[in-house]
Amino acid sequence: MPHTKDETYGDHTSHAFNDELMELKAQFLKMGGLVEQQVENAVQALMDSDGHLADETRTRDREVDQMEMDLDEVATLIIARRQPTARDLRLVVSVIKMVADLERVGDEAKKIAKLALQLSEEGQAPRGYIEVRHISNHVLGMLHEALDSFARLDASQALRVKKEDKNVDAEYQAAARTLLTFMMEDTRNISRCMSLMWVLRALERVGDHACNIAENVIFMVEGEDVRHTSLEDMEKLVTQDNS
Amino acid sequence: MNTMNPTVTSETGAGVVEDKVAPVKEERPAEAELEEGVTVGTPYSDDPKFKLRNVEVFYGESRAIKNISLDIARNEVIAFIGPSGCGKSTFLRCLNRMNDSIDICKVKGSLQLDDNDIYDPSRDVVELRARVGMVFQKPNPFPKSIYDNVAYGPRIHGLANRKSDLDDIVENSLRKAGLWNEVKDRLDATATGMSGGQQQRLCIARTIAVSPEVVLMDEPCSALDPIATAKVEELIAELSESYTIVIVTHSMQQAARVSHRTAYFHLGHLVEVNETNKVFTSPEHNMTESYITGRFG
Repeated sequence: MPHTKDETYGDHTSHAFNDELMELKAQFLKMGGLVEQQVENAVQALMDSDGHLADETRTRDREVDQMEMDLDEVATLIIARRQPTARDLRLVVSVIKMVADLERVGDEAKKIAKLALQLSEEGQAPRGYIEVRHISNHVLGMLHEALDSFARLDASQALRVKKEDKNVDAEYQAAARTLLTFMMEDTRNISRCMSLMWVLRALERVGDHACNIAENVIFMVEGEDVRHTSLEDMEKLVTQDNS
Repeated sequence: MNTMNPTVTSETGAGVVEDKVAPVKEERPAEAELEEGVTVGTPYSDDPKFKLRNVEVFYGESRAIKNISLDIARNEVIAFIGPSGCGKSTFLRCLNRMNDSIDICKVKGSLQLDDNDIYDPSRDVVELRARVGMVFQKPNPFPKSIYDNVAYGPRIHGLANRKSDLDDIVENSLRKAGLWNEVKDRLDATATGMSGGQQQRLCIARTIAVSPEVVLMDEPCSALDPIATAKVEELIAELSESYTIVIVTHSMQQAARVSHRTAYFHLGHLVEVNETNKVFTSPEHNMTESYITGRFG
């Protein structure tokens, strides 16, 4: 592996240690990229009633699972060999936790793909696709921003992801209400509308996982655990550091 | 720089496996980044055993300790860490006037033990060192029997009038040092025949035999194997219930394991003092971070 230079995690006296941390970071981002693609494909399969793409998405979840195990191994070996401290420790611990979130996002993608396959066989639901497209764009944006904030170690960007979550929740509620109306209008819609409801639910969960990743990024950068902290306090922490 | 500190020892790192070691970096962070007398974190305590203010130590012309203020709390374990030559051992040796034996060494500032000046010219240094004991890097038992090693201090300080009292002190000290079961059947054997780890624990037993209030440890485990190290660390945890312990260590993992607070020294400055848990997860000062993560030093 070539010696890569990284401003935050490079410059150890031990080059091998640098390389291991770089590798951890790179593998995590690669897994993040794959997971994003999985969600995108699953939603696309749903939109286009593309059973083939849905099938492929379900199969590829195994790759995500494998990457989860590989990353855990890299992280475990770093702890065993290097006994990382401070920011290195925070990186390793955060990656271990964020990997679990990514894997769960992968599972949500698989779930959506399964529902897409089902709907492609049963025939599309009458409506609700605009809402799905809308929320999926929204949460994919959050996931992307969360991964980007990890790559750049940008706590402000991570905070923006956290703030978006409220909007996604509101959109989810509104979409659920719309679908409920369709179901009440015509009971024949119920089964297919319920499938879309599950899709929306899965997407909403993707947004939650993006938030968890964002919280870990803030922890990595600021050294403070911001889980179960109000948005205001998070904002104070992040802005006080930047000023 | 190393001439500043006669106790400099080779640096062993923190148990880190160095597969590929970069050429020794000379560019340590510049001293200009440090403001004299400024320590981040929590250097002071409500219940100080030692109250140290504006301490400076000179070796001839060169200043090894630059205006350091620190409290060491009663019954706390505080670890001093920092790169070789940063002054941590020098500072430690001020606490029981071990630097007195170095002619060119001069100590300035206020150093108080229980509100009494350590460097008061009328102070009895022998009495001070009985209260503030010291364990060194290399085990240094006397070439005497195990029993006599431990009994030596109590004898010269007149702590035992009868043989049975002395026996009690020796047994208690060896028990506290976790050595009794290993040596009770061969107290007359010569101490130099023991293993390194046993010798070091014997030295600790010898130190606590005179009932000190404080134990200073200058890299007590750097010559020991991991099991012996674990035993000494176990001992430190037990001793901390009744003694104040100051430990200088090159093993950052050791500092993280045994101490309550950690003090980071750099080029004679005290850069940061904080709760050990904080220092090793999110230190306040960039230099502390660089050092403990293995980026220089």
